[in-house]
Amino acid sequence: MTRPPVDLAPLRRRRQRRILVQLACIAVSTFLLLPIVLIGLSALSSRTALTEFPKPLLPSEFDTESVLGFIGGTGVVPAFGNSVLVGVYTVLLALLLGAPAGYALSRFDFRGRDAYQVLILLVRALPIVVLSVPLATMFLRVGVDDTVFAVTLVHTALALPTTILITASIFVGVPRDVEEAALVFGCTPLQAMRRVVLPMALPGLAASSVFTFVLSWNEVLGAAVLTLGHRTLPAQVLASLADSPNAYRFAGGFVLVLPALLFIFLMRRYLLNMWGTTLR
Amino acid sequence: MTGRTPWLLLAPSTVLLALLFGWPLAQGVLAAFQDGSGFTLAHWQRLFTDPYFGQALRNTVLLIVIVVPIQLVLAVGMTLLIQAKPRFAGVHFYLWAIPLAISDLAAGLVWLTVFADRGYLNSLLITLGLSEHGIAWLSYDSPGTMLFAVVVAEVWRATSMVFVIVVAGVQMLPPDYDEAAQVFGATAWQRLWHVTLPLLRPSLQVALILRTILALQAFAVAQALTGRDFPLLVGETYQWHVTLQNPSVASAVALVVLALSLGTAVLYLRALRQPAGGGAR
Repeated sequence: MTRPPVDLAPLRRRRQRRILVQLACIAVSTFLLLPIVLIGLSALSSRTALTEFPKPLLPSEFDTESVLGFIGGTGVVPAFGNSVLVGVYTVLLALLLGAPAGYALSRFDFRGRDAYQVLILLVRALPIVVLSVPLATMFLRVGVDDTVFAVTLVHTALALPTTILITASIFVGVPRDVEEAALVFGCTPLQAMRRVVLPMALPGLAASSVFTFVLSWNEVLGAAVLTLGHRTLPAQVLASLADSPNAYRFAGGFVLVLPALLFIFLMRRYLLNMWGTTLR
Repeated sequence: MTGRTPWLLLAPSTVLLALLFGWPLAQGVLAAFQDGSGFTLAHWQRLFTDPYFGQALRNTVLLIVIVVPIQLVLAVGMTLLIQAKPRFAGVHFYLWAIPLAISDLAAGLVWLTVFADRGYLNSLLITLGLSEHGIAWLSYDSPGTMLFAVVVAEVWRATSMVFVIVVAGVQMLPPDYDEAAQVFGATAWQRLWHVTLPLLRPSLQVALILRTILALQAFAVAQALTGRDFPLLVGETYQWHVTLQNPSVASAVALVVLALSLGTAVLYLRALRQPAGGGAR
């Protein structure tokens, strides 16, 4: 019995296509990862290895002196503390103000809802420069200029629209029935919130907090305009950029980039919700 | 439960936004058009005669015109790759998302290691024998290569954001249309061009508007790479405010950025408007 000839061309084409896809993925990943590796290598090179030219891919001598020099630089450690403080306060304030609004958007159908959403979108479109300059003058007049509080306020305003949209989508994910069941069994609305809705929304809220923290951690311009003595880390790096050697710059860049790896790892399951659907 | 409850919940955020956006906005406009004695256009005159302003405006527009289309194409390509379910898709997705959490200042410093005079790119060129002493990529007298460096850094940093928006959009599409097209024998290219992309229009619109507005605000990338040699609009605000201590002119530059932001948003909404307006979700 002879078998009919099998046409293997489509299978072969399919396999070729899979290999091409695989290669393209590796190419994109390399483009995105390689620069991070390079700044890591630069930051961990010794001073002498840094001046080598042409540079080998791997530095001839590893040393932590650049990174330690950066960390020991004037104002860096306090700036790091300020950055963390501003980030944490911004997360808390944005949740405190934004979550109720997100809840309202997810649960109620009310007049003015559209107007409110337009307001949020408008605020998202406003560049932060427009606010920073007048706010710097205003904060100076009120006497809260150059403080963690002032930066927190600006970062909160910046983060609020996204926080509201994200929390709204998180609360939409908590079924209404469960909340109503809690009410039927005798919870007050506040109790139902605390004991039923919040625990269910917690993972999403945590991810949204990381998002807000990243926003605040990375914000440069507002922080640089609003502070002088109490800078955040990016503002400190920006201000000392012009008169520092490359070793300082590379170490600073490395220290600024490192947390990103962690942030994205923490948020990876929520990324699509966060930057994707909710941004409409 | 309806009635006043939703507004009570919205009130705190509304008040803060009004205070921190509305009030400064009004103040900014006033500052740009006033001096001690009343209405004046002097700040604008000073701005327009400043040689950096023209350069900054041109650089910013150039940057957007070059970067945003590249990012859109790249992001759609990356989305198709992820949709093809490659091996280690999770790892690739994680790597492709990392730049989302990297600031433009950090991105500039990262690419400084590559484009610096004694950086990795020149080292590579010399090792390969393509150049004798390397190229001064970030030299103030070669705006072309400076633009190139800033473009590469911006593409590297901000394509992730477009990518994530497009992936989220693709995942919401009903698979029926694509399957139908496949049944009727459409090629992969035809399906992308005639089925997927038109359905993706709302996501692409969001990505376009957000990216353009954010690209308008980029400045620390250029600052980290070139100092003030490659000025961008927002960087000029920073210079006028922090270095030159002139909040009025700084406000004027900020208003230019604002006008450009609103202008592009309106332009895109007009151009990409859908019959049944998607609007806020």
